[in-house]
Amino acid sequence: MMFESPDALAAQIPDGALVAMPPDNSLPSVALAKALIRKGARGLRLLGVPVSGFATDILIGAGCVAEVETSAVSLGEAGFAPRFGAALKEGRITVRDATCPAIHTMLQAAEKGVPFMPLRGLIGSDILAHRPDWKVVPNPFAADGKDPIVLLPAKQPDFAVFHAAMADSEGNVWLGRRRECATIAHASRAALVTVERVVEGNFLEDERMAAGAIGATYVTGFAIAERGARPSALLDEYGFDAAYVADYARAAKTEAGFRAWLDREVFSTPAKVAAE
Amino acid sequence: MIAPEERIAAALARLILDPAAPPARHIAVGAASPMPAAACWLVKLMGHPVRLSLLHKRSGNPFTEGTRELFDLTGQGRIDLFFLGGGQIDGQANLNLVGTGDWPGMGVRFPGSFGSAFMYFMTPRTILFREEHSPRVLVDRVDNISAPGVSPPGVFRRGTAQALVTGKCVFRFHPDRARFSLQSLHPGETVEGVRAATGFAFDAADEVPATPDPTEAELALLRGRVCDEMAETYPEFCARVWGRAQAA
Repeated sequence: MMFESPDALAAQIPDGALVAMPPDNSLPSVALAKALIRKGARGLRLLGVPVSGFATDILIGAGCVAEVETSAVSLGEAGFAPRFGAALKEGRITVRDATCPAIHTMLQAAEKGVPFMPLRGLIGSDILAHRPDWKVVPNPFAADGKDPIVLLPAKQPDFAVFHAAMADSEGNVWLGRRRECATIAHASRAALVTVERVVEGNFLEDERMAAGAIGATYVTGFAIAERGARPSALLDEYGFDAAYVADYARAAKTEAGFRAWLDREVFSTPAKVAAE
Repeated sequence: MIAPEERIAAALARLILDPAAPPARHIAVGAASPMPAAACWLVKLMGHPVRLSLLHKRSGNPFTEGTRELFDLTGQGRIDLFFLGGGQIDGQANLNLVGTGDWPGMGVRFPGSFGSAFMYFMTPRTILFREEHSPRVLVDRVDNISAPGVSPPGVFRRGTAQALVTGKCVFRFHPDRARFSLQSLHPGETVEGVRAATGFAFDAADEVPATPDPTEAELALLRGRVCDEMAETYPEFCARVWGRAQAA
């Protein structure tokens, strides 16, 4: 179903929802994150798939987030995520650390509708020690009945949120090889997607497009947001805006700097996104 | 003038090609790893047949199933070598990428553990790197373990650290005794100086060789074609080390 704007998509997400998002190198919808800030979202639980970046930091800074589950939060070459670090230190957010393949595996279990899946590694890590929801059991297929292995529960986010290159007349979206977005969409109760444009036709009827598409079965709503991943890159369409992120990293070192950045880049520019 | 980053990249390249180590046919390089990326390109551009999967390169992404494909490949044992750093690294090669103080990094919070708690177990060898060689980074015992350096018998594990490369030296890791030994010293460094800058105890022979300088051919590659390959993913690094102008 097509919505008129990222703000209309954001209105679908209630406070407290579990929202899964890809990181800066894998098509985050920064447009939708900014719309959630404008809406005044509160108590969101963010899942970084498998890590978190710019969109997560601005949502935390704006007070939209109660909890983050992720394998890392970083602005890449621009350094540590400043609002995430400040909120953790001040006790304003709960952080549940994971490791990248554990997040993929929990989503894959949800995709399959099974209650858990096993994962190698992790034993002896303090990540595991701080995850009472993860269990270690003997591999039931091991000949000697030993071989400890970690079981991870299925995780079903309330919403998958990401950006795609385009949607078609049937409500399918296309984003090429960034298939972690497909995993998130498959595993979540609903997927809300911003796109650069809407085109005529049906990606699933075109053999060259189908493999990079996510079927309308999973796509609850989409809206046009031109340059909606910015400052992240969009496939081969536009590059990563390192200067924008570096400018943000400087501004967001302080609460006052972050507030000024929000006023300039989020609250004063809802219509500018489409005009750029 | 050889930049410290160039020396580290060349030292990493020599470790990749170490004939005593298991073969490196497919190497993966993770996030925030410009020196390992430079080392891998150096090895490849010197003509060694190696498959590189550079996770944060926008073009040339080898995976069509998303980033989980890296972990699936590694789970099967099809990634031969990976690189890990750490905010803290201790004498048993435990890695802390989470932060100092109480969990989850209430002292200084680092970005997080990324895939380390899986990759360190499932890759036949891991090369550790950290340019800053100081007692605050190289500690006796990490505050928090993202990924353990060794595992008890019975826990499935394909490999451990092969070595740790810093701005001062190269350490070799010995998983049988969970301890590092000094393999080579960078120019101007001494065993005593390294001991003073290292928070953990390590073994050292009476005579420790010098880390070889990168050759002229290696330096030419690093400053030319290696930088070309890296500029898109690591513009800040390429500008700082090699003076490569950043694209607007």
